Amino acid sequence: MGKAVLMQGNEACVEGALAAGMRLFAGYPITPSTEIAENCAVRLPLAGGTFIQMEDEIAGIAAVIGASAAGIKAMTATSGPGFSLKQENIGYACLTEIPCVVVDVQRSGPSTGLPTSPSQGDVMQARWGTHGDHPAIAVSPSSVKETYELIIRCFNLSEKYRTPVIFLMDEMIAHLREAVELPDMDSLEIEDRLTPLTAEKNPFPYLVKEGEWVPRLMPLGMGQHYHITGLIHDDTGFPTNSHEEADKLCRRLLDKIQKNKEDIITYDGYLLEDAEEVVVCYGGTARAALSAVDEARMEGIKAGMFRLITIWPFPEEQIFRLADKTGRILVAEHNDGQILLEVRRSAQGKVPVDFIGKINGDVITPEELLTKIEEEHYAKCADKK
Amino acid sequence: MPSVLIKNNMREEHLPHIWCPGCGNGVLMRDVASAIDNLGLDHRKVVIVSGIGCSSRAAGYMDFDTIHTTHGRAIPYATGIKLADPELEVIVLTGDGDVSAIGGNHLIHAARRNVGMTVVVFNNNIYGMTGGQYSPTTPRGEYGTTAVYGNIDRAFDIAALAFGAGASYAARGDTYHVEATTYLIQKGILHKGFSIIDCASICPTYYGRKNKKGSAVDMLMRQKTHGVMAEHAEKMTPEQLQDKQVIGVLAHTNYPEFTAEYQKIKDGLRGGKKDGQK
Repeated sequence: MGKAVLMQGNEACVEGALAAGMRLFAGYPITPSTEIAENCAVRLPLAGGTFIQMEDEIAGIAAVIGASAAGIKAMTATSGPGFSLKQENIGYACLTEIPCVVVDVQRSGPSTGLPTSPSQGDVMQARWGTHGDHPAIAVSPSSVKETYELIIRCFNLSEKYRTPVIFLMDEMIAHLREAVELPDMDSLEIEDRLTPLTAEKNPFPYLVKEGEWVPRLMPLGMGQHYHITGLIHDDTGFPTNSHEEADKLCRRLLDKIQKNKEDIITYDGYLLEDAEEVVVCYGGTARAALSAVDEARMEGIKAGMFRLITIWPFPEEQIFRLADKTGRILVAEHNDGQILLEVRRSAQGKVPVDFIGKINGDVITPEELLTKIEEEHYAKCADKK
Repeated sequence: MPSVLIKNNMREEHLPHIWCPGCGNGVLMRDVASAIDNLGLDHRKVVIVSGIGCSSRAAGYMDFDTIHTTHGRAIPYATGIKLADPELEVIVLTGDGDVSAIGGNHLIHAARRNVGMTVVVFNNNIYGMTGGQYSPTTPRGEYGTTAVYGNIDRAFDIAALAFGAGASYAARGDTYHVEATTYLIQKGILHKGFSIIDCASICPTYYGRKNKKGSAVDMLMRQKTHGVMAEHAEKMTPEQLQDKQVIGVLAHTNYPEFTAEYQKIKDGLRGGKKDGQK
């Protein structure tokens, strides 16, 4: 551990990305993500990398995917409206299996909305924003330190599964300043995508090896002379209209995430052992939830917190098991109930799932959360009587 | 038997191509291959990038590292590739709709930014892949399936547009003048910076049929009679040049290339100098 430094969430995102091996950033200014671009502009050339401010959001993600196809780790960052604009090309990266990291510092929407008030309204967009059935990984941090750690994880997951990974930050964490002790670079686990051992021509560049989930694609410019396309393709990499091949590719893209959920999903449990009232939350909301849970405990209410770190794929088994042993779930998020739907689906009616949310740009306070926990708790006690 | 040019530059197993009989795209693709061949480029270092549309299917037929990207975005993908490895020779194959409608913003900014790449436009004045809708280069008064009463919009001159936006190399070629067009593409590849060669293709199936331009041969012959080499055009009056298509270099200036300039910043920082001080 080094010495503690005062750092903003957006800064930590850049430092972590550099530690993960990011060597290109392409983006477009938009608040509250702008400091990520600004810090990349300062730091990347010092690290031998490249920063470029593109003409629009779409060009930002396109340049990132192009750079990654040429073999370097690349990232873009944006907020609400910009995240909408990037969606088509996120789908391209899914289908072509080109790793990249997209940071979305969520802000209040819809449309231009309330720039730049906090929100968590892009949760479903992170899952379903691009058209067609596609895999999705999204990760959300709750502190500045975790921002540093999780952006590294985003790069690792992206490299390993060759898919775009969405880093779902929110304004609360992006603009939060905390003292952070950054880990030693040597202690970090950094994952790099697998590539073929030789650049020899390979008639089946998209063929997946036995025991692996993704093709080992060569960086462009190594002489393998293969083809990348956003059309449905077979193992040759060339377009096909075969229903069989389309099924094979689309299923594998979904399966590589679904069947590796154990590896991908992480979450944080707080006082869950005997909890009767569990707050399910993520990102900046978890900070208010933590206070509220502590306060509730002091009042003798057995409260706990289940904090999602991986948002997508959704930890449905974990929520199912949680519903088995707790009395009530309260979902807290800065939207009108996006993860709420997933929690209700996963709890399968075993326990009541209540909700507290805001869509007005204001934050949910610990007091509001505590009041909600108390209401539920005493209502339940009354029911029992 | 395929020619040596095809053997060396094309993926024979993927030929014949999907383009309609009489389409000019095959000729333009051949010009690109000839230019690469004539220059003796290291094939390992050539990356072909395309967008979406008839033109952009060319990438799949060419035996290089090829990437068929999203509609309008070939240039920003190419920008990322060039930035990742400035040693690469990045060639963008695109169409009039791809590069000047949905991708128009990327075109002007890439021209201004001067990232080293060569953009070859297969300009057929129509959206062919979707069945003949008017494009930004369909002349005013002409027809498409979405301009059934005649096109109101004025047409873009893509080479002039890129030049106006600061392109350091802008040229016009066509399907008929094969040698000149190949040479213009070669010059574009050799140019250190953003180059664009706007090549008039022919689309007898949609543009030709909708606008009574006759057969593919008629359309090609029209390029012959209406095409004027730039050196001849210099001696002609504006009246004589009316309705003519000038083939040749519109602009060629030396302006610092982006990745080379960025490298200078990096080198300066490594030497402990700030703000690129010498």
